[in-house]
Amino acid sequence: MSLIVRRIRNGTVIDHIKAGEALRVLEILDPDLLMEKVVAVVMNVKSKKMGRKDIVKVEEVELTPEQVNKIALISPRATINIIRNYQVAEKRYVKVPDRVDGIIRCNNPTCITNHPKESIRSVFLRVSEDPLIFRCYYCGSEMKREEIAKQLSR
Amino acid sequence: MISIEDVSRKELEDLFLLADEMRGRRTDDLKGKIMASAFFEPSTRTRLSFESAMKRLGGEVIGFSSSEGTSIDKGESFSDTIRMLDRYSDVIVIRHRYEGAARRAAEVAEVPVINAGDGRGNHPTQAMLDLYTIWRKFGCIDGLTIGILGDLRYGRAANSFICGVSKYKVRLKLISPPPLRIRHEVRSKIGIDFEETFDLEKVLPELDVLYVTRIQKERFSDPSEYEKVKESYRITSSTLMKAKKDLVVMHPLPRVGEIDVSVDVTKHALYFDQAANGVPVRMALLKVIFGVV
Ligand SMILES: [Zn+2]
Repeated sequence: MSLIVRRIRNGTVIDHIKAGEALRVLEILDPDLLMEKVVAVVMNVKSKKMGRKDIVKVEEVELTPEQVNKIALISPRATINIIRNYQVAEKRYVKVPDRVDGIIRCNNPTCITNHPKESIRSVFLRVSEDPLIFRCYYCGSEMKREEIAKQLSR
Repeated sequence: MISIEDVSRKELEDLFLLADEMRGRRTDDLKGKIMASAFFEPSTRTRLSFESAMKRLGGEVIGFSSSEGTSIDKGESFSDTIRMLDRYSDVIVIRHRYEGAARRAAEVAEVPVINAGDGRGNHPTQAMLDLYTIWRKFGCIDGLTIGILGDLRYGRAANSFICGVSKYKVRLKLISPPPLRIRHEVRSKIGIDFEETFDLEKVLPELDVLYVTRIQKERFSDPSEYEKVKESYRITSSTLMKAKKDLVVMHPLPRVGEIDVSVDVTKHALYFDQAANGVPVRMALLKVIFGVV
């Protein structure tokens, strides 16, 4: 690993991302957060647990649980390592959030959030964790994990 | 007032009592108040009964009955239209083709918002007047066997009625062709046992209430399938021979052939009373919203 991307002194390492999904993980993180930060993306690394995996390293930023939990929508097995002075100071697993603002687009074409003249951020509330189901706050349509993952990987 | 789910049984019963008090009355309870009637999609019955209710309470009404010819037509955003109405009025009544429009309006507006139907979503005041009609007829709702017939998948009146009536201890029979059964998200909200069937004849003799809704041709990919369903769900006076003597037939109206005119003259027909109940129920709701009870 260190041969490909150097270790970071302080920051966050998002590990065990499903292979091929690293760029999408970056996409759903808050862009302001990453602005002018050094970000390293490693894709298709061999992993004992997963066969292949992706890794994202962000220097000088400690991502909060709310920021990283969105990752669970695409990569539920991702782990978060907070690095301080080259050491793993904290290790966290991503947890599916109760509420997701923006990110998911409602599948219902006549949902007010899809109205051509309206610009509202979508709001989805989690109604069940296993199986994972989110409900649109506005129109009540439900979306399952597969539908969300499919949409986010487009 | 966005969804019937947000209303408790106690609140419904208080509303029914107040609606009884309002029957045939004219008051000046809402004198000086203005209701904005924002019908982005046309509706005769709901709009006129809201406007009549407001006027009978001494209030005034502004608004539009379709988005044609308004600034929305010229490309104004939905939220901007609501912001304007918010400043012109004391309550906004909204009907829209898109689901969630009323919920969005309630976020944007500071004055109260009443959902008068959003797409296939909710139509809470229709459910209120439907329940009031049953309550008035039978004296209570608990214990009744209620059949709901038609398009249970896309019909908002059926949708809201199902959510409303399942607050009571009723035996619920949902009668529809398989492709028009209730959606998953509605199913998960029904807190009581219910039976789903396509066979009206089988359940008809048990029913105290038969709530009929419209089935739209557009819902079927195969036109011959639609014709079959239309025929088998057509209620005539002879269909009702096998029904209980006290069975009442309801319909949110307008009907287009689901209930034959031969039913109108029978004791079973309750749909015209039901429509008339829209006025006192909406008067009661407006009074509750303005806190003048
Ligand atoms: Zn939606």
